[in-house]
Amino acid sequence: MLQDYLPIVILVLIATGMAGLVVLLGHLFGPRRPSARKAQPYESGMRPIGPGTRRMPIRFYLIAVLFILFDIEIVFLLPWAVVFKKLGLFGVAEMLVFILILLVGYVYAWKKGALEWE
Amino acid sequence: MDLGLWIEWIVKAIILIVVLLIGFMYLTYMERKFLARFQNRYGPNRAGPVGLLQPMADGIKLIFKEEVIPKQADKLIFILAPVITVIPAWVILAVIPLGSIQLFGRTIDFSLAGDLNVGILYIMAVTSISVYGIVLAGWSSNNKYALLGGIRSSAQMISYELALGLAFVGPAMMASSLSLARIVEAQSKTVWFAVLQPIGFVVFLVAALAEINRSPFDMPEAEQELTAGYHVEYSGMKFAMFMLTEYTKMIVVSVIAATLFLGGYHFPFLTDRWPWLGPLVLFAKVIILLFGIIWVRATLPRVRYDQLMALGWKVMLPAALLNVFITAGVMYVLGMIA
Repeated sequence: MLQDYLPIVILVLIATGMAGLVVLLGHLFGPRRPSARKAQPYESGMRPIGPGTRRMPIRFYLIAVLFILFDIEIVFLLPWAVVFKKLGLFGVAEMLVFILILLVGYVYAWKKGALEWE
Repeated sequence: MDLGLWIEWIVKAIILIVVLLIGFMYLTYMERKFLARFQNRYGPNRAGPVGLLQPMADGIKLIFKEEVIPKQADKLIFILAPVITVIPAWVILAVIPLGSIQLFGRTIDFSLAGDLNVGILYIMAVTSISVYGIVLAGWSSNNKYALLGGIRSSAQMISYELALGLAFVGPAMMASSLSLARIVEAQSKTVWFAVLQPIGFVVFLVAALAEINRSPFDMPEAEQELTAGYHVEYSGMKFAMFMLTEYTKMIVVSVIAATLFLGGYHFPFLTDRWPWLGPLVLFAKVIILLFGIIWVRATLPRVRYDQLMALGWKVMLPAALLNVFITAGVMYVLGMIA
């Protein structure tokens, strides 16, 4: 069972090594002539205004929360999809109820304006 | 657990990564050449015959470029971010089945782990990781354009991941399995799932374009607004790694689309007769899909950000859910009749 994942572990290790090698290549062969001007954040040639990391609009947070809700729904759907043929009418009805409950939440979020982007 | 098995895995893993690297190099060439043709230009034609050595020249140039790290950047995360983005792109394709042949009385499977029983879950899990790299790159640069690009990108990717995930449910239902090898087998017995799942196929293609930040959904790097988005501050090889990820992901998404909806390595009559043609059949399907992606880039203008989010949440998500409903209904009725 766990043996199925061994080739993937090997692939991840080799991929990590390759990525490290690429970073190292640039590090070894690239010239390094730092100056104060060069180290400034790039802002289309202007002198940077204000701090680089600043506060984010709350909208992005809302999107992230909604994503978690619906992503869990998909994770529930996948095992159901595998045994769908065996479950018959019961499976269809169960999933219908589950999705309908989620749809109520979806419509509520829409009406509340969580999906608007102004 | 013999030594031969280990050597087989290591060789396959190295071949996979080398193929993806070469694929990336020549995909950039292919894109530049086709885009040039779409715009009535010649494209790269100086380095080597018809410009075939152009990708090498680009690579060598980038190796010898200076790498600037902004003064107030978070140095460790700044270096780690391109590494985190690039690894998932290389690792996803492990679960793609490529067919097998009988040689010297032994079955040789071309793929690394094509039979993994949670293949679809694996793809969903690994694609999600690359969001981290992009957000961290944008955040650690200490640049407001990079930060905006990174946040935009993450919001876009998670929005379209929902539609993408729901598009996976259709093929899983029809094949009664999450293993990609089983899904390809199910298609070889009936027809391609693109025929049986037209809504799912279209949803998958559109969501995949948004997921890999390709035009017309290339908001995170919209040049006119954000100069270059999350990788403004990157230069040299680290910049090359972000490019590498973008183009490798184009290949990856095409391979997944071909496997889930276009029959994968299987082609009627052809691969039944000569099983060793499997990888080549998949390659041909992938090239056609990649041409489609380039064509879309040459044709469509960029979508505005609010329209992009509205499309993802108000059109793609309901459409994908509807597809699951329709599939369930039709399959249940057909099961009743049979």
